[in-house]
Amino acid sequence: MATTEEIREQLAEIVNDVAGVAVEDVQLDKSFTEDLDVDSLSMVEIIYACEDKFSVSIPDDDAKNLRTVGDAVAYIERAQA
Amino acid sequence: MRTVVITGLGASTPLGGDLPTTWSALLAGTSGVSVIEADWAQELSTRIAAQAAVDPASVMDRVAARKLDRSSQFAMVAALEAWADAGLGLDDESTVDPDRLLVSLGTGIGGLHSLLGNWDVQKEKGARRVSPLTIPMLMANAPAANVSLRIGARAGVHAPVSACASSNEAIALAFDLIRLERADIALVGGTEAVIHPLPMAAFGQMQALSRRNDEPEKASRPFDVDHDGFVLGEGGACMVIETLDHAKARGARIYGTLVGAGTTSDARDMVSPDARGQVIAMRKALYEAHLSPADIAHINAHGTSTPTGDPVEASSIRELLGDAVNGCVVTSTKSMTGHLLGAAGALETIATVKALYHHVVPPTINLDNPEPDLGIDIAANVSRPLPAGDLAAINNSFGFGGHNVSVVVSNENVTAGSAT
Repeated sequence: MATTEEIREQLAEIVNDVAGVAVEDVQLDKSFTEDLDVDSLSMVEIIYACEDKFSVSIPDDDAKNLRTVGDAVAYIERAQA
Repeated sequence: MRTVVITGLGASTPLGGDLPTTWSALLAGTSGVSVIEADWAQELSTRIAAQAAVDPASVMDRVAARKLDRSSQFAMVAALEAWADAGLGLDDESTVDPDRLLVSLGTGIGGLHSLLGNWDVQKEKGARRVSPLTIPMLMANAPAANVSLRIGARAGVHAPVSACASSNEAIALAFDLIRLERADIALVGGTEAVIHPLPMAAFGQMQALSRRNDEPEKASRPFDVDHDGFVLGEGGACMVIETLDHAKARGARIYGTLVGAGTTSDARDMVSPDARGQVIAMRKALYEAHLSPADIAHINAHGTSTPTGDPVEASSIRELLGDAVNGCVVTSTKSMTGHLLGAAGALETIATVKALYHHVVPPTINLDNPEPDLGIDIAANVSRPLPAGDLAAINNSFGFGGHNVSVVVSNENVTAGSAT
């Protein structure tokens, strides 16, 4: 099972790939839409990429509550447990 | 009526990733046709195409490219080159009033790669994996709309669809709108990106494509006795056009003047050309330009290299020109670029503008044995100089569906300046 930091790093690569955000900016306390300027359609792509990368399922109802990078990392950690 | 001039040119084609490279290649008689190496092509009856010299995604911001279908990528590259060539800035450096700027950029088929690519994803992985950007990428207005976002055009975005006549129609439409004072300046052009298994198979099934797979560079041979169909090409081509006053006020370099456009529709057959419609389109364009056939020094033919199309167009040109036929140099640049469908009209209008600007007509290559009784003077195999002085020329685009659009340009109002 991956550590929090490992998950954050891999998520950061996904966000960088989809939305061009610098990897070092993708920190736990950052809001995807407010701080990182990720639009809603890019969020959808990021969610799917996470499902593939981390082999977890993130239904739409849960996805819409993932506001910050920390929310997403915590969700993935729980899903992997 | 206002005078409309051409002030910026841009293109991404099988001959080059920009216009200067494309134009040099045209003058040199270079072929942009090659074998399609991909596995999917191997079972097809036609395995050659005019593929882009430079992948548009490779010269754009990576994240921006992800949100654009290939057809929009070509449009964006060509449009931004034309915009910069016109001496215009973007964003904070833009000096154009957005409410007086429109975009008219056509395509024959639109975002085919995005449409079919996402269908493949849906079949393999289910609906949840379909890209949320599929619709804005596949829609046929996407290239025009994406360009309008980038250059800030608020006077309207138009995306005419008329198969192989789409971008001549786009030019004609913007020409009209500027003269009707709906806008003072426009970014016009066309794009096409359909080198993909389905269209290649489909055009092949129509027997429309050349099957000269063993000699790709010789396959596109308009007006030659051994022409056996067109070669599919991809790319984008754009121009900036504006009123003469608007151009002069900002000291723009002027390549030439748009003097007329004529449109007809055959109302006869979905795929076969009709001489009557072609002749009348050319005549209408000349009438609007206040020119007679004897004033036309050059015609950039539609000239797709099909056994059906070439002779019909030759006869239309003969009929139009009458006794003036020997004073007019005809060429088909499709012999080198292949057929860019929705982008063909714009690319070939650009070639026509450049021909008058530099007084030289690019060759029709592979014209080893012209068809008998063509009766027109073709710039066979080598570039042909044009006389000094005032010149006017016609560019023809005839599309499946019976669309005929002829555009007339002249070298009036040309200003000296750095030419690309």
